[in-house]
Amino acid sequence: MPMMRIFLLLVLLLSGCEHTVWNSPYPAGVSRANILYSSFEERPKHLDPALSYSSNETEIISQIYEPPLQYHYLKRPYTLIPQTLTAMPSVRYLDAAGKVLSNDAPAQNIAQSVYELHLRPGIYYQPHPAFARTASGQLRYANLKAKDWEHIAAWRDFKQMGTRELVAADYVYQIKRLASPQLNSPIFGVMAGYIVGLQDYNRMLTQQLQLLPAGAYLDLTRYPLSGVELVDRYTYRIHLHGKYPQFSYWLAMPFFAPIPPEVDEFYGQPGMTTHNFTLDWHPVGTGPYQLTVNDPNQQMVLARNPNYHGEAYPREGDAGDAAAGLLRDAGKAMPFIDAEVFSLEKESIPYWNKFLQGYYDLSGISSDSFDQAVQINAQGEPELTDAMRAQGMSLVTAVTASNRYMGFNMQDSVVGGLSDRARKLRQAIAIAVDYEEFIAIFANGRGIPAQGPIPPGIFGYQDGLAGMNPVVYQNVNGKITRRPIADAQRLLVEAGYPNGRDAKTGAPLVLYFDTAASGPDAKARLDWMVKQFAKLNIQLVIRGTDYNRFQDKMRRGNAQIFEWGWNADYPDPENFLFLLYGANSKVGHNGENAANYQNPDFDALFDEMKYLDNTPARQVIINQMLAVVREDSPWLFGYFPKAFSLRQAWVAPTKPNVIANNTLKYRKIDPELRHQLREQWNQPVLMPFIWLILVMVVLIWPAVWAWRRHERSAAK
Amino acid sequence: MIGYLLRRLRDAIPILLGVNLLTFVLFFVVNTPDDMARMHLGTKHVTEQAIKQWKVEHGYDLPLFYNATQSNVAALTETVFFNKSLRMFALDFGASDDGRDIAHEIKTRAGPSLAIALPVFVLGLLVNVSFALMMVFFRATYLDRLGVVLSVILMSISGLFYIIAGQFLLAKLWRWLPISGFAPGIDAWRFVLLPVLISVVGGLGSGTRWYRSIFLEEIAKTMSALHEPRACQSRAYYFAMCCRMA
Repeated sequence: MPMMRIFLLLVLLLSGCEHTVWNSPYPAGVSRANILYSSFEERPKHLDPALSYSSNETEIISQIYEPPLQYHYLKRPYTLIPQTLTAMPSVRYLDAAGKVLSNDAPAQNIAQSVYELHLRPGIYYQPHPAFARTASGQLRYANLKAKDWEHIAAWRDFKQMGTRELVAADYVYQIKRLASPQLNSPIFGVMAGYIVGLQDYNRMLTQQLQLLPAGAYLDLTRYPLSGVELVDRYTYRIHLHGKYPQFSYWLAMPFFAPIPPEVDEFYGQPGMTTHNFTLDWHPVGTGPYQLTVNDPNQQMVLARNPNYHGEAYPREGDAGDAAAGLLRDAGKAMPFIDAEVFSLEKESIPYWNKFLQGYYDLSGISSDSFDQAVQINAQGEPELTDAMRAQGMSLVTAVTASNRYMGFNMQDSVVGGLSDRARKLRQAIAIAVDYEEFIAIFANGRGIPAQGPIPPGIFGYQDGLAGMNPVVYQNVNGKITRRPIADAQRLLVEAGYPNGRDAKTGAPLVLYFDTAASGPDAKARLDWMVKQFAKLNIQLVIRGTDYNRFQDKMRRGNAQIFEWGWNADYPDPENFLFLLYGANSKVGHNGENAANYQNPDFDALFDEMKYLDNTPARQVIINQMLAVVREDSPWLFGYFPKAFSLRQAWVAPTKPNVIANNTLKYRKIDPELRHQLREQWNQPVLMPFIWLILVMVVLIWPAVWAWRRHERSAAK
Repeated sequence: MIGYLLRRLRDAIPILLGVNLLTFVLFFVVNTPDDMARMHLGTKHVTEQAIKQWKVEHGYDLPLFYNATQSNVAALTETVFFNKSLRMFALDFGASDDGRDIAHEIKTRAGPSLAIALPVFVLGLLVNVSFALMMVFFRATYLDRLGVVLSVILMSISGLFYIIAGQFLLAKLWRWLPISGFAPGIDAWRFVLLPVLISVVGGLGSGTRWYRSIFLEEIAKTMSALHEPRACQSRAYYFAMCCRMA
């Protein structure tokens, strides 16, 4: 039968490949390779360390670029350690006259802080054409002419690569780039307030640029920046206004990674951007990995940097790390994995199914697949379903360093202000909106109700009853329990709105919830929110709008109640408490205090707290601040989202780290086990194919038979 | 014929201009460049200065339609409308917000799109026409009726369902093909096959019915034109006619 022959041919064709499985999305021949597979949903916009600020971008560039500091992989609370430095930066404090002060000098006397950073010699950049030199020592690709471009169409046409040692001048150069008007770094506004001379530097560059034609390359090495001095080949100093202890955390972010000036010069040549050769797409770093493939329509590949200086896996960790198998590789040379392949995967369902087939190594859990993967056991703890356990997967949970809250616009005439009436109204609402229920319904239990603005894992957060918000919760037999709705109703009476009506005018209390959310999911959430307010007989009106209008309302202070959130820049309570600092309000200051909360007591305590080290004294001040803000209730503190992720059997255990991103080097997989399990899980099922053909034959055969008989009888 | 084509081309010009103007108004008047800058700069630490710099760097600081600071032609060309919108007529699409050349993007993405669209077209035509021919050939038998019923059923299922069902059956349950992805070169067929099969099956109902109606109508016309006595109709002649039309 010809059908059968085609079928056999198909089988032969498919098995002719090296795959014994047919559905592998990866090329034949890499099934046993030491490669980690993951995906990207959206093309990362910026891979330039001066620009990138989104998590999908830092996930990639943190493996490539090395800022001077990094976080210790295992120690909690998060601890900074040197990455390319010989030791932690030394800090000196100077007074207005330039005299060196002692380290415990009061903050108001400090005019400048000077950070001195000393690099380790012998660190080299990844191979890159910008470093390539001719026999005579000239940069090979520095002055490309029109005729050179005839031979260069794709990146691989740069035949010659080179490298160079990392020097302190590269770090200085990158700090200058933060001020460049051509780049527009997202942290320039913040850093201009701290780094000496950065604001003036930006102004000066803007003037210089006006003299040049549009898009021209501006060589920043020609313009000195007063606040950053180069001491010697391996040493540089950064001058800050006043005291800013949190600056060390910024030094662990890619914004302060080194950029060699010749790389900028290379990409600054005419013709580069039209060929898509930019630093945004071809990063150049000293880190363990380099980006070898960057096709945002299909795939990105991080492969080992052959020039990597090497680093040993940490030898010590927290209690319990050894038992969790996290110290098995102590002292071994990192990185362990040869490459990480990111494939474009726009939809969550294909990602999830490929993960189940073993083609991805790690996965988050979307709400679609939550019930398939996780069940809540009798103790209320999440655990894997039997099907997941049968595949050998493990569940990793971590509370993220972020919060999701509901804010009141403190400039609003009804819900805002520090008057007793408005405060009690807010407190009543804080009790009524049941975030425990919210987490259960809308987050599949992935979150913990917040008692304040500071999430766990950050200094200042206190566990258990010590950290309870007494305005909204109470201690019932040693357990933190939300206050009953009667308490909220009583507060509402005291606020002058008995049963949701204004005691004087009798008019019903109507509040407005401003949101840019839309779609069926948001609808369910908003309906739920309306119900929470209805418990107090308050009418909540949803004012839906598009994202731009919503942002505009927030900036002008026209919103009344809104939802907002913050992801930590660094693990310090200052990074969360500043969201409530008066001088940082959105209206008027364009800051991050979205509720426009301003309480002089809180602000004074904040000014004191931000200069302190993580000592018990700091905790005392933080507790005072929390007491003030809980009483005022400018926010319903909402919840801290919890990240759930799944790990395949062949992926070595890792410690969840919600702050650091340069974690690829610590990862390890067992490619042989992966290969075996993939083969086992993906054998094709052939019976349906045979059935399909049989059904077709059965259907058509009688007709063909009838026609043949007819033809034969007609021919006679 | 040439006159008709020229006329159509001439009529396209005002339409393109209108679309261009309308999208410009939507993008630059309804949403101002300030909104655009804010979208791109993200949500953290965005200052007025950053917004201004972003606009200057991307050329959105110019006036929308008329630049009073310039003279003569430059007053019209040194504007957002000329630089961002009119230039597209010269196929100069500029760079996307992440700095990639848009013309280059179109070029690289056309390949994989065609790798799916062309087989879908050819295979779809082949399958639809053969099915329709078969139904016409076995006209008024159970196969014809069954075919029509099946086509109507296929037509009333949403396209999304075919995608989900195709992925579920072929890729997840039976593990014949990769669920998603793409590879350049020869290996591409493994990735292209699933979407092609899904598209062909998805278009089967309407396609088959469409060609069946056309064939039946054409056959009826030819028959009456030939004034052929009905008795002479043989299946073989009928088949030949069907084939000729196909």
